[in-house]
Amino acid sequence: MELDSLYQEVILDHYKHPQHKGLNPVFSAQVHHVNTSCGDEVTLNVTIKDRKITGISWDGQGCSISQASVSMLTDLLIDKTLEEAEVITHSFSELMASKGTSTGDADLLEDAVAFAGVSKFPSRVKCALLGWMAFKDAAVQSQGESK
Amino acid sequence: MSFSVTDIRRDFPIFERTIRDGKRLVYLDSGATSQKPWAVINAETDFYTKHNAAVHRGAHQLAEEATDAYEGARAKVAGFIGAQPEEVIFTKSATESLNLVAYAMGNAESGNRFALGEGDEIVVSEMEHHANLVPWQQLAKRTGAKLSWFKVTSDARLDLTNIDEVITPRTKVVAITHQSNVLGTINPLDAIVKRAHEVGAVVVLDACQSVPHMPIDVAALGVDFLAFSGHKAIGPTGVGILWGRSPLLSELPPFLTGGSMVTSVTMTDATWAQAPQKFEAGVPNMAQAVGLGAACNYLTSIGMQAIRDHEIALTDYALKKLVEIAELNIIGPSTNESRGSTISFTINEIHPHDLGQFLDSQGIAVRTGHHCAWPLAKSMNVQSTTRASFYLYNNEEDVDVLVQGIQSAQKYFGRF
Repeated sequence: MELDSLYQEVILDHYKHPQHKGLNPVFSAQVHHVNTSCGDEVTLNVTIKDRKITGISWDGQGCSISQASVSMLTDLLIDKTLEEAEVITHSFSELMASKGTSTGDADLLEDAVAFAGVSKFPSRVKCALLGWMAFKDAAVQSQGESK
Repeated sequence: MSFSVTDIRRDFPIFERTIRDGKRLVYLDSGATSQKPWAVINAETDFYTKHNAAVHRGAHQLAEEATDAYEGARAKVAGFIGAQPEEVIFTKSATESLNLVAYAMGNAESGNRFALGEGDEIVVSEMEHHANLVPWQQLAKRTGAKLSWFKVTSDARLDLTNIDEVITPRTKVVAITHQSNVLGTINPLDAIVKRAHEVGAVVVLDACQSVPHMPIDVAALGVDFLAFSGHKAIGPTGVGILWGRSPLLSELPPFLTGGSMVTSVTMTDATWAQAPQKFEAGVPNMAQAVGLGAACNYLTSIGMQAIRDHEIALTDYALKKLVEIAELNIIGPSTNESRGSTISFTINEIHPHDLGQFLDSQGIAVRTGHHCAWPLAKSMNVQSTTRASFYLYNNEEDVDVLVQGIQSAQKYFGRF
C-alpha cells in the first residue's frame, strides 16, 4: 500500500518516542518555525562550539512526519561540525525534492532515508522539512553571533 | 419530487471519477469548496463560446448579450437571497467582499456615518475565519479604532452574556459569522442585530457557510451587509457576493476605483456611479458571475429548505455515529441544535494531518488544520482538527465510509 511508504515504522517510532525533545535552557541560537498552512510548529535550541554542534534540543507539535523528522535530525546532527551538517541537510533536502525517484544516501542520512516515501506526497514534503529549515536558520544565526 | 442524492450526484461529473487506485470519491470538504454541476460548468462554457464580450461597454451584439447574461445573473443571485438586484455587488471572492466594506469604511471622511477614528469601536468574534477578522483588525490599526470581540464558550457557542459591554454606544460596526467554518455553530443573529442597531452600528455578516446550505432572506436576517462566495455554493471560483442595504451602499465610499464605476472624470477629480456599479471597477469576472447565476437556479430547483433538511438529517446521523468512536472528540456543538453540517473533531494520538492522509488513501476527502481560524483553535485549545463538511451530494453511506476510515486509521496508527 502506497501509504506504507509514507508511514515507515521508524518514522512512527520517532513520533511516539521523540529524541532530544524538551528544550535545554542553554543554547547559542533559538529558532521557532511554523508551517503556516497547517499550524505545525517547532522550536530548536542549538548549541554550537568551535563550529561543532554540541547540542540540539527541541519542542514542537504537529503531525508524525514533521515531529519524527525533527527527532531524527537531532540524532543525525548532534556532534557533527557545521560543514558536515550542511552536507547532511543538503542531502535530505535533495531527497525531499526527488518526487519518489531517490532512495537517499544511507551513509549520510542513516534512518532518515525512511523519509524517501514522503517525497511522493507533495503536500507532506513541507512537513518533513520543517525542522530542517529551522536548523538552517539556527546555524546561520549562531554563525552571525560568533563573528 | 423527493430529495435523491443519487439523482443529484448524476448532475456532478466529478463523482464519475475514482480516487487513489479505484476508490469511490467521498467528498467531505465542501466547507472549503463545493463540487460543480453540469449546469454551472455549461453556463460558464456557454458564455465563453457564444456570448463573450466586455459587459457595460461596446456597441455590438455580443456586448449586449454579455451584459444581459451578467445582469441576469445578478437578478438570479438577488432572488436567491431575497434582495434587490441593485443591492448585489459582484466581487472576486467573499474575502474581497469583506475587505471591500472594511477598506471602504476606511475611506469614509468625517461626517460620513462610516467614518472611523479613535474612540470608535469595531466588534468581531473569536470564531471568525481570518477573512472576517484580519480586515477588521487592520482597519482598527489604520484608523485608531478599538477592536473588541465576543468570546466562545466551552460548548462552542458565542458568549453573548456580556453583549452590552462588547457592543457599546461607540461601536460602529459588528462583523460576525453566520455559521462557523470550523465548529458548525450557527450564531443567534437577532440579539446581535438588535443591540447593534440600538447603538447605531451596522452588522456585516459572513454568510459563506450559511448561504449555500439554507434558505436565506436578507430582509428577515436584519443585517446590513452580507458576504458569501460562489465556489462554496456550487458556483465557480473567482466570484463572490457583497449584499448591502441600498441607503448604506449610497453612503459607503468606493473601495477600488477605475473604469465603469464613475459618472464623470476630469484630470483631477471623479464622481461615482450608483451602487452596484460604484463597487465594480474594471471588467468583472463575467463568466463566473453567469455560472453563479446558474448555481442559484440549480439550488433553487432542488430547494434550499430541502437541502437544509437533508443536511440536518445527515448531521444527526453523523454526530450519532462519530461520538461512538473511542477517543474521538467533537470540536463544536455535540448536539444538532443551531448547527450546520460542518463537523470538526480530534482523535487522541492521531494528528489530523496523519488522519487526513490515511482517509485520502481510502478515497475520503477531508480538511485538516486550523481552517484559517487560528485564534479560534487557540481558544478551543486545539492545534488543529479534522473537518468533515457535508452538502447536498452526500449521504449516510458517506458517513459510514468516514466512520470506517477513522476506525481503520486507529488500527493503522495504533499498530506501532
